[in-house]
Amino acid sequence: MYELKNVTKTYRQAKRTVTALNNVTLSIPNGQMLAIQWPTGGGKSTLLQMLGALERPSSGSVALGDDVLSSMRDSKLAVIRAQEIGFVFQGFNLIPTLTAQENVETALAPLGLSTAERRSRAAQALADVGLADRATHRPAELSGGQQQRVAIARALVKNPDVLLADEPTGNLDEETRDDIMGLLEGLWRDKGLTLIVVTHDSAVAKRAQRRIHIKQGMVTEKS
Amino acid sequence: MFGTYLLRELTNRRKQTAIIAIGMALAIALVIIVNAVSGGVRDAQASVLASVYGVGTDITVSQAAQPPAAGTGGRPAFNVGAGDGATAGGARVINQTRLVATRGTATFDSTALATANSVSNVKATTATLSLENTTFNGTLPGGAKTGSSGGQGGAGQGTAPTGGSDGAGGSSFKVDSFSVEGIDPAGAAVGPLTAVTLSAGRTFTSADVGKDVVVLDSSYATAASLAVDGTISIGGTDFTIIGLVSSSSSASATAANAYIPLDVAQTVSNLPGVISNVYVQANSSANIAQIQADLKKSLPNATVNTQADLASSVSGSLGTASSLVSSLGTWLSIIVLAAAFLLAILFTISGVTRRTREFGTLKAIGWRNSMIVRQVAGESFVQGLIGGVIGVVVGLVGIVAVNLAAPTLTASAVATRAAGPGGAGGSGAGGGRGFGQHAAAATTNIVLHAPVTATIIVIAVGLAMLGGLLAGAIGGWRAARLRPAEALRSVA
Repeated sequence: MYELKNVTKTYRQAKRTVTALNNVTLSIPNGQMLAIQWPTGGGKSTLLQMLGALERPSSGSVALGDDVLSSMRDSKLAVIRAQEIGFVFQGFNLIPTLTAQENVETALAPLGLSTAERRSRAAQALADVGLADRATHRPAELSGGQQQRVAIARALVKNPDVLLADEPTGNLDEETRDDIMGLLEGLWRDKGLTLIVVTHDSAVAKRAQRRIHIKQGMVTEKS
Repeated sequence: MFGTYLLRELTNRRKQTAIIAIGMALAIALVIIVNAVSGGVRDAQASVLASVYGVGTDITVSQAAQPPAAGTGGRPAFNVGAGDGATAGGARVINQTRLVATRGTATFDSTALATANSVSNVKATTATLSLENTTFNGTLPGGAKTGSSGGQGGAGQGTAPTGGSDGAGGSSFKVDSFSVEGIDPAGAAVGPLTAVTLSAGRTFTSADVGKDVVVLDSSYATAASLAVDGTISIGGTDFTIIGLVSSSSSASATAANAYIPLDVAQTVSNLPGVISNVYVQANSSANIAQIQADLKKSLPNATVNTQADLASSVSGSLGTASSLVSSLGTWLSIIVLAAAFLLAILFTISGVTRRTREFGTLKAIGWRNSMIVRQVAGESFVQGLIGGVIGVVVGLVGIVAVNLAAPTLTASAVATRAAGPGGAGGSGAGGGRGFGQHAAAATTNIVLHAPVTATIIVIAVGLAMLGGLLAGAIGGWRAARLRPAEALRSVA
């Protein structure tokens, strides 16, 4: 369960201070599918990075379960990211020189698994997203939808508690968008994940259990 | 994962890998070739020096010559008195021999040998006395003055000169000289005779002390039509030829034309109890500096040279090659190596910058900084290693090419028996010839052979790996400094 208390994040940008998050307080129960809607450029990625233990708040606290992410050392945050949090990015962020299978395996590298187990789990994750036959393909040889499936397989192969998706369908056409959202929903149900999707697409947001809208740092629950 | 990722990066980013590897290969090849040529030049210098100083000589002790006192010393002179020579047919036949210390060579007390021997870590010592035997032989007009010259401005009148070599008052004479080295007949471990091969007869034994026996350089013996069991006059004394020697190295000549026992040399040259050189062999090359320092302390007036000092006395194109290799070659290697390192570092940093998104993503999915650094450093290290291996191959090809071309260098090895400045002339002779006056010289042609050693190959590959690691460490440090959130934000 995520607990954000009075989280404020400011940046220095060209001699002026930009407030990306302003005193945000938010609670996200385990197993919830949450959609966060945010105006473009409003700092939604900042919130997602804070939830994903990539960023610390300027003030306030962020906790995942018993772990207070806002006060942890970098090395400990890396362990949290490696074990408990999966990421899916708008631009897929696959490593261009690695095959689909190898891209999925990168998520298991920090866990110190044997090569055989790493390969087996990566192959299973690819099969779960319907890409068993594309394991040896490099990203450039895959369509946008396939690349995002590989990214989802990479995020889920370590069996995380939380899946954070930043505009996961932002680069996809409508048909592929529905495929990907269907896949994410299926995995969320099957694995009991906490799924947090940041999107500007209302069609995507409407599929979530809970929707919040943040404007000028204030959280508003949407029905 | 590390190996797979590394392999994929190297094979899929071939251009970067090729540029770094080629840069490193060129530098490594240059280092290997320069080092091999340098080794060849050193070997050639050692060969030339051995002909003068003998094999195994680590240090020589000599003394700077002093300017001759006015009215004494200077160039050798032959004074013909009115009654000298045998008169025959109106001509006088003159035959004079001088055996003196070689010009520019200072002699010093032979106790220096014992002093050198007492220095710690000295394995062997021997002393020599370098002499020059000069013979004046010819015919001069006989009897008293046979004509009178006119006074200043006046026309002289007198009878036509008679006698001499042409019967008309002319003269004819020859001046012949050869070098003589007085050596310890029992000092076989170190000294000039260690660099020779016996070609006829025998060499010295301790039983030859005090005997008028001589060992000749075979080239000189051939030119002078001398053979074993024959005799040769040295300083007016007839010496029995017991053996002929030639240089062990085909590249150089022997140090002297004739070798005689040291005690005999001192007697016939009328230079009792003096020597001109002490040859010192260290028990380990690591002790040479210490021995040199101790000798300088014990013999404050002496000039103490190591082989490295002596190498500077080799002149000719070998000397030029030596300075070229040691200055231009070394600096070129350093510059190219630095450029290769810089190239590797810049390309690695550029690669890290280009892969900001990649490293940000890896950090987001839980990769620790150490894993990222290891990945970047590993890639650079292998690129350096590939460059090193290619460089070794190119370097070996270069060395083979040098050895096939076999450039011939001329070398003049001159004994650095320090000479003093030219002094005031004695009667009828000028002073010494000043600095650069040399006692023994061996001018020869040497074919340069560039040797390859396993050590230099290991060092070269090590340098390539070091370059790769350095580039990797800097690139990895930059990658580690990336904040994952910023890296991902930069993508957006």
